[in-house]
This record gives sequence, structure tokens and C-alpha cells, in this order.
Amino acid sequence: MHILKLIFKNSFRHKLRTFLTILGVTVAILAFGLLRTVVSAWYAGVEASSATRLVTRNAVSLVFPLPLSYKEKIRQIEGVKGVSYGTWFGGIYIDEKNFFANYSMEPRTYLAMYPEIIIPDDQWNVFLRDRKGAAAGKKLAERFGWKIGDVITLKGTIFPGNWDFVLDAIYKGRDDTVDETAFFFHWDYLNETLKKAGRSWTDKVGWFLIEIEDPDIAAEVSLRIDKNFKNSLAETLTETEKAFQLSFISMTEAIVIAIRLVSFVIIFIIMAVVANTMAMTARERIGEYAIFKTLGFRSFHIAGLILGESLFVTMLGAVLGILLTFPAAALFGKELSQYFPIFNVERETIVLDIIAALVVAFVAALFPAWRAIHIRIADGLRRVG
Amino acid sequence: MNKKPIIVEIRNLCKTYQRGSQLIPVLQDIDLDIDEGEFLALMGPSGSGKTTLLNLVAGIDKADYGSIRIGGVEITALAETELAAWRANNVGFIFQFYNLIPVLTAFENVELPLLLTGLSKGERRTHVETALRVVNLADRMDHYPGELSGGQQQRVAIARAVVTDPTILVADEPTGDLDRDSANDVLELMERLVHELGKTIIMVTHDPRAAHKAHQIKHLDKGVLNAHPQADF
Ligand SMILES: Nc1ncnc2c1ncn2[C@@H]1O[C@H](COP(=O)(O)OP(=O)(O)OP(=O)(O)O)[C@@H](O)[C@H]1O
Ligand SMILES: [Mg+2]
Repeated sequence: MHILKLIFKNSFRHKLRTFLTILGVTVAILAFGLLRTVVSAWYAGVEASSATRLVTRNAVSLVFPLPLSYKEKIRQIEGVKGVSYGTWFGGIYIDEKNFFANYSMEPRTYLAMYPEIIIPDDQWNVFLRDRKGAAAGKKLAERFGWKIGDVITLKGTIFPGNWDFVLDAIYKGRDDTVDETAFFFHWDYLNETLKKAGRSWTDKVGWFLIEIEDPDIAAEVSLRIDKNFKNSLAETLTETEKAFQLSFISMTEAIVIAIRLVSFVIIFIIMAVVANTMAMTARERIGEYAIFKTLGFRSFHIAGLILGESLFVTMLGAVLGILLTFPAAALFGKELSQYFPIFNVERETIVLDIIAALVVAFVAALFPAWRAIHIRIADGLRRVG
Repeated sequence: MNKKPIIVEIRNLCKTYQRGSQLIPVLQDIDLDIDEGEFLALMGPSGSGKTTLLNLVAGIDKADYGSIRIGGVEITALAETELAAWRANNVGFIFQFYNLIPVLTAFENVELPLLLTGLSKGERRTHVETALRVVNLADRMDHYPGELSGGQQQRVAIARAVVTDPTILVADEPTGDLDRDSANDVLELMERLVHELGKTIIMVTHDPRAAHKAHQIKHLDKGVLNAHPQADF
């Protein structure tokens, strides 16, 4: 017989109680994992951003444009490797609840800076030559059942009217950190149409996307660009793509903090539940622990039995919870893809799951073990029978 | 009869419990010698301190004053961890309520004290099987305590007590929870341990018939030890 066998047998002495405790841990770890995944989904855009990409926008606000003529000036600034540009379109597909990111850009230069976006060559060639062409992410196309060649009509919000696009390309991400729910089309098409209508955004862009030679010079290059346009009609604000993405999130930071807090509250609650189970268990077995001690077993043996049981029950629940997190997150991600383009269970989340479970198991075993060790054998034996 | 060596030597043993601010003297100046191979019965009214004395001899409780030498070892001088190791090697315990671990089989219960020794799995198996044969339960080794009668459980407990071949066996009312027949079986078994295997047994009992099986009866009354009962009962 091995001591592990005893731990295993002890764990299932009260089947219902053990089952309920395991269930509790499973649900808690599942909830914890999902909430942590929501948090990481929130920051997915930030995580996916590259350290060699800068974004230059109007210093006043993102809703004000910059003249296209800045492009050549930016290109000449030291440290700049490439420049592209885009304008947020913000169109609605049929209904407002169908939200997805859509914007115009200059495809050749833009996608040259996004090697993580992968478009098959044939589709790419058609898209480049098609003035009204557009490309959509794989997940987005799946969501609305779009196929290559479909005409997609977006209702403009910033730029009024119904805009027709032909879906020429469906892109895939290089890995699962890439957002596959975006929709983009030719900036030229937007600009020509605006020009014909004599609108104010003619020859203007929402932002410039800049590739730099080395991530270490990001701060210097940003400063150089902004200094260059100081005291001009449209002053610029240049930051890394990461900072740019973060500026969208900061508004909702409070929610993220709340979710984080709730995720820890869940762990705290399950800690109380497991601690209660272990306290009940150990109290019932005080007599048995006294027998073990009588036979010559030492305090660490007793502590090992209690901690072992706590670990076994908690880790069993945690493993089930972790296994369930994946299908649950897949389901969640599908339902919430418009809010969270990337909804992956990250390795870090699993590591946190395991750490949380270990902490729960140790803390829950602490008090019962301390009690079992410190009770006098003679007193413990009086409780048997 | 040639004199056997003394295996337990108790001198001036005192034990007092404290309940609140009240001091309760439980054992007062006990002197006791027990020869090797002796079967001693300890009798006395409830609350007279029999269990307390037994616990002190077995090294699971600490005396306030006095000395206990067992097999040449002054156990009152041992530290907690040394005492645990000493118990594992030198004392076999038999309790009124058997005190088997309910989730372990008879075999596993008997094997328990051997887990603290350096014996290999195979050696442990041999020892456990031998011990279970001694108590005549070799055919029940895969049974759980709940599947055995009280008498059988007590015999498993006895097997657990002898499996490490201890210096002394202590038994606290071993037949107290058993019917007449089972009690007889257990007592006969204990006699055999003394006669055939040369074990030394100290047994606390209320049962005069049980005491009769012993070589010697000592009476404890209000913490004082006598060769004969103070009052008749
Ligand atoms: N932990 C303790 N704290 C206080 N008093 C105690 C404690 N343990 C035992 N006593 C007291 O010590 C006295 C002797 O107890 P002990 O259990 O040794 O008696 P006993 O002779 O074995 O009795 P019984 O025949 O009923 O088993 C009793 O008065 C008991 O109440
Ligand atoms: Mg007693």
C-alpha cells in the first residue's frame, strides 16, 4: 500500500461532499478562466500590435483628419522605412447590431506592413485591380456567410449613402492572435467618391501607418514626426501601434479592473468552500490522525495526508474546469465575436488557473493540518469510538 | 521459576490534569516493575487513571514527574520525534474500539506500522501475512473493517500491534466492546502471544474474567496502585 492510495481512498469517503466540492472548484476555475480570457481578449489588439509600427493621427482627436500630403514628408524622416494610410469608414451592414471594424486604406503599402494578414495570391491580384474591391477576415465572412464575389452594401455613418463593395478577398491570420473580423477596401475609392461630391475629407486620411527600422528608435522617430508638423494647420500625434490600441481601451479600463476583481473574488469564495470541506473532513478524522500518531507517524505524515487530499480534490476540479474552459471559450468567442475578435484561452490563463488551484488547496489544508498536528494524541484517541 | 529480566520500570510517576483552575491529580507516585513475558492486568474503577497510566507507559502522553524505563530506555527523557520513532519500534497498541482505519483493508491496516520501517514491499507482505495467520485471519485480509465482526476487527488490531515485533503490548479494555465468545477468542490470542511468542502485555480491563487470564492483577484506585483491591467489587 502506498500513502497515495490512502489519500485517494480518503478523498472519496464522503462521495457527495467530495463531488460537490470538485464541482465547485470546476465551476470556479471555469468562471475564472473565462473572465481572464475576456480580459486578455480585451487586450488582444494590443498584444497583436507590432513594436515596429507607429500610428500618426491628428493631435486634436482621431475624428479630425490629416492631409495626404504629409505622407511624403513623413517618408523623408530619419528612421522611417515605410508609410501607408487609412481612414475609418464606420459603415453599418444591414443593422447596427452587426458591428464590425471597417476602414479604407492603401492596400499595397498597408498590407506590406502586416505580414500577419494572409491573402491568397489570386484573390490579392483581383482585389488590387478592383476599384470597388474589398477584403474581409475569415471569421467575418463566416459570420455572414459571405463568399468571394458577393456584393456587400454598407450604410455610411461618417460618409452618408449606401456603399457597394465586391468581396474580392478573404484573409486569414498567420496565427490565432490575428483579428479575422475586419473589413477593408481601397482608400482611393472613398476619396474619389468624396471628391465627386465635393466633401471635406477629400485628400485627407484618418491616420498614417509608419514602419520603422528598429523598435528601439520608436520614441525618437515619433518625436521627430510630431516636431516636423509642429505649428502647422494639423499637428500630429505619433505613438506606437500598441499605445494607439491602448488609447481605445483606456476608456473601458474600469470594466477590465472590475472583471479582474470578480475573477479573484471567485477564487476567494472557492477557497472558503474547499477550506470548509477540509475542516469538516479533518475534524471527523481527528481520532484517526491520533491513531496514526500513536503508531509512530509524524506530523509531516499527517499534514501530508490532509494536504494531499486537499490537493487531489482541488486539482481534480481544476483540471475539469480547465478542460471545460476551451469548449466554453470557443462558444463564447463565437457568440461575442463582434465585441471580441480574438477570444483565445491563453497559456497565461491556464497557468493562473493552476496557480489559483494550488493556492486554494494549500490554504484550505493549512488550518485543518495545524489542528490535527497540535492535538494531543491522548485527547485525539478519546474521540474514537 | 527463574527470574526474568525487568522490562518496564516505573518510579515515582505523577500525572496531574488541569481543568480550568482546578488541578486533578490522576496518578500519584506510582512504582511498578514488569518482567519480560509478563501478562499484567490493570483494574480499577472508572476515572482511576488506568488509561492515563497506560498512555504514559506507551509513550503517547507526558508525565509530570517520575521515570519510565522500558527495555533500558528512559522514555520520559525522549523528545517528541524520538518518542514517535520509539513507539513505532517498541509498542503495540490494542484499543477498546479496535481503531482500524475504515478505508483500508485488514491487510493494509496491519501493514500501516510497517510503512515507517525500511522494509521492502515483499518483506512487508511476508510480515503482514504472518501476523494475520497468528490471529487466524489470513483468509480475511482483503476485507474492510466494516465487513468484519467486532472480534475479527480486534484480532486485526492485534495483528497490527504485533507486526512490528514490539517490546511491549498495551491493551486498553480490549474486550470491552465484545460479546463473551469474541472476548474469549481475543483473550486466548493474547495468552498465546505471551506463552508462545514471549510477548509482554499490559492490559487495562474492567472484566474480572479477562483479568483472570493474566499472570498478575494490579489495582489502581484514585491514582494509587495496589496489589489488591481497596474495596470489594
Ligand atoms: N485531557 C484531560 N484533561 C482533564 N482531565 C482528564 C484528561 N484526561 C483524563 N482526565 C481525567 O483523569 C482521570 C483519569 O482518567 P482515565 O481516562 O485515565 O481513567 P480510566 O481509569 O481509564 O477510566 P475508564 O475506566 O473510565 O476508562 C479522570 O478523572 C479523567 O476525567
Ligand atoms: Mg480508560
